[in-house]
Amino acid sequence: MLEAILFLLALGCISGTLLGIASRVFYVYEDPRIELVEDVLPGANCGGCGYAGCSAAAASIVSGDAPPNVCIVGGDAVARAIGDIMGVSVGAGEPRYAHNTCNGGDRAENRFHYLGVWDCRAAVLLYGGEKECDKGCLGMGTCVQTCLFGAITMGDNGVPVFNPDRCTGCGACAKACPKGVIKVLTPSEQILSFNMMDDRLAPCRQTCPAEIDIPTYIDHIKHRRYEEALLTIKERNPFPLTCGRVCPHPCEEMCRRALADDPVAINPLKRFVADYEMNSGRYFPVPVAPDTGYKVAVIGGGPCGLTCAYYLRRLGHSVTVFEMQEKLGGMLYYGIPEYRLPKKILDWEIQGILNLGIKAKTNVKFGVDFDLASLVGAGYDAIFLAVGAWKYSSARLEGEDRIRGVYGGTVFLERCGREIGHPIGRRVGVIGGGNTAMDAARTSLRLGAEKVYIIYRRTENEMPANAEEIQAAREEGIEFLFLAAPNRIIENDGVLTHLEYLKMRLGEPDESGRRRPIPIEGSETRIPLDNLILAIGQVPDLSFMDSSGRIKDLETTRWRTIVGDPDTNQTSIPYVFAGGDVYTGPWIAVGAIGNGRQAARSIHLYLTGEDMRFPDGRLKVDIGSRTGYIPGTIFDKISGVQRKGRIPKPELEPNERIHSMDEVELTISEEDALREAGRCMNCCLTCYDKDA
Amino acid sequence: MTDYLLMVISAIFVNNILLARYLGNCPFLGVSKKMDTAVGMGMAVIFVLTMAGVVTWFVEMYFLRQSGLVYLRTIVFILVIASLVQFVEIFLKKSIPALYAGLGIFLPLITTNCAVLGVAIINVQKDFNFMQALIFSVASATGFSMALVLFAGLRERMALSRVPGPLEGTAIGLITAGLMSLAFLGFLGMA
Repeated sequence: MLEAILFLLALGCISGTLLGIASRVFYVYEDPRIELVEDVLPGANCGGCGYAGCSAAAASIVSGDAPPNVCIVGGDAVARAIGDIMGVSVGAGEPRYAHNTCNGGDRAENRFHYLGVWDCRAAVLLYGGEKECDKGCLGMGTCVQTCLFGAITMGDNGVPVFNPDRCTGCGACAKACPKGVIKVLTPSEQILSFNMMDDRLAPCRQTCPAEIDIPTYIDHIKHRRYEEALLTIKERNPFPLTCGRVCPHPCEEMCRRALADDPVAINPLKRFVADYEMNSGRYFPVPVAPDTGYKVAVIGGGPCGLTCAYYLRRLGHSVTVFEMQEKLGGMLYYGIPEYRLPKKILDWEIQGILNLGIKAKTNVKFGVDFDLASLVGAGYDAIFLAVGAWKYSSARLEGEDRIRGVYGGTVFLERCGREIGHPIGRRVGVIGGGNTAMDAARTSLRLGAEKVYIIYRRTENEMPANAEEIQAAREEGIEFLFLAAPNRIIENDGVLTHLEYLKMRLGEPDESGRRRPIPIEGSETRIPLDNLILAIGQVPDLSFMDSSGRIKDLETTRWRTIVGDPDTNQTSIPYVFAGGDVYTGPWIAVGAIGNGRQAARSIHLYLTGEDMRFPDGRLKVDIGSRTGYIPGTIFDKISGVQRKGRIPKPELEPNERIHSMDEVELTISEEDALREAGRCMNCCLTCYDKDA
Repeated sequence: MTDYLLMVISAIFVNNILLARYLGNCPFLGVSKKMDTAVGMGMAVIFVLTMAGVVTWFVEMYFLRQSGLVYLRTIVFILVIASLVQFVEIFLKKSIPALYAGLGIFLPLITTNCAVLGVAIINVQKDFNFMQALIFSVASATGFSMALVLFAGLRERMALSRVPGPLEGTAIGLITAGLMSLAFLGFLGMA
């Protein structure tokens, strides 16, 4: 007995000594932080992080392969403790959530009926799954089984529903889903995502230049979740009050419902929820990522600049907006007249953007009060140029800049924006066929003009202005002179008296696809005018480039716009980005907003040192020519949808509205909003709700 | 030569350490959900089992039998195998980091695995000579790895099918293992 005990004791001592020596001889330097991190980790070895146990995760965190918040069990406290060990600040306030991206579910058509297949992954192995749509959810609930935390249930519609309170963002469901329907994103990643060809996008979502998730926000409205609806819009567009009023809503033209009766009133619904927020008297809180410490200067406080500032702020950067005018808003403030967008409402909306912690300096002009060198010197890490297109294009009429009574369209609207009650004569002519021309004409009427003409050298069909604006102008008694090209301004002692124009006829289409107007010989006609407003187009004012310094290196086009990468907005100076009208040329507000978010993405990735390029397969829709859509998503006809008319547009009567600057269009009632939201068929790629 | 060949076939198929002797169930059920971890585990088992079989054979022949302490065999083997695996882990980490990266996380898991101990004890109970002990250890470990990889393949398929609630997870795993065992009975009488 004693022998055995002694023997085992000796053996134990030998083994211990040998191992002790071995650990000295074969000592490998190991970062001491690995052990510290491992102590902080919960030790559950659950594998939810994707590493084989907590030790492996700790090693990956220290080597930098895994982020400090990789542990899905520990949550914020553990992530912060690890961040302290690693000496980095953790974006602990940014939880990840799983999102479903498919609306199809049960309503999507089946190709097959499977017997004995109970798992999406198995179904995919059998001819790609039973649904007609090759990208849609198969609804067998593999994600539900995968979730360790019980955060997923199969909803009534046959698509998974995620409970954000239980979701840890581990991503197991996204890995299990063979169709890639589930996306696990932080709020920042949500802001930074753009439409891709393999996403599940309804036609309206593909069309919107700001890429707003239209079906989702309308669905929220349908269920009276107005706050969620507004926050959905604000993930893509921080100007719902403004766009709800002035957007030409190209989305509605592609609405699938229009094939059955009328398009859904998408924009009035946006306006309804935006007004709901304003009438509630408080700004609904939006998530803002923890501060990153980077400083960005945004030059130009218009829709593009403010959008970029808004998203950069939401991504945690410190942003200062520099604006040359007294008020922020750019063309929204100084270009869009009061009767379409009341200044009070715009100011309220912009205040909400600034409330996120964006600094704004007004009455400072780039190139005059400050320049590139002073911004770099002040410690700004990136600069965003969104100075707009504020110079009116010349009509090439002799004396247009000298004769009294002749104004540039943007100059006229800008002055009206500053002081309501700009002097105007009795007879006013407006040259141009765009929205600026409509705005100038309708504003002149409200300022007291008795007779207003819009002079356009083609016909109504070629007019770039929105059909609704043309209609409203006509209702208000504005006279359209189509096929009329201004030829000469007639003056008397430097004061405008008449405009002479030539009558035109339409010839062959030119490169823009519009038929080219050809003058008719000897058709000179004169109309007596007191004022003439030139609204044929705008170009950016690049006078800031005359100063010395590096800003001269910026490349420009022959249309006086700044050259930048079409996907990233980066200019020839790496830390300078350009966006909005100065980069795209004059375009609609919602286009500037979409471009502002794209620039925010590039600037964010530039600051954090990541690759700015988009992965292949980004969706690029041209709303003018209606090309670039995901194949198979645009239909010629739909069947089986019951006809339900669109709600009427509430507006003031023409004779009531032309004597004041009161808003012409009104917000729809809650009852109408619910009815209209019910008409939305909640389309996905190819399927839609026929019973809506 | 034929004897050795028969021994290999016997250890791999007929008396498979997992499916016939039912040793080493823990890793068999624990790390068989994914093919790649099963392969890693299989490699680690071949490595450790071969070494343990050889070392314990020496301990038995030149130590325990000499000093008449054969009754301490089990406990001594456990101690020796555990120390050995620890030592090998330390050694690999320093000297062959690539191998350590591949096997690292599996080595501690099979330190005192019953399959390892079982093979070591069979080696000496059957009075194998050194060559026989070596070949039997390698063959047994190969049989173990083969069964593990086959089982992982089955379980990957099973994850895609609907299993009645009470039988989910380990329960259906054990049933499957039992069926595999029955299938391997077919080799009985070959060697």
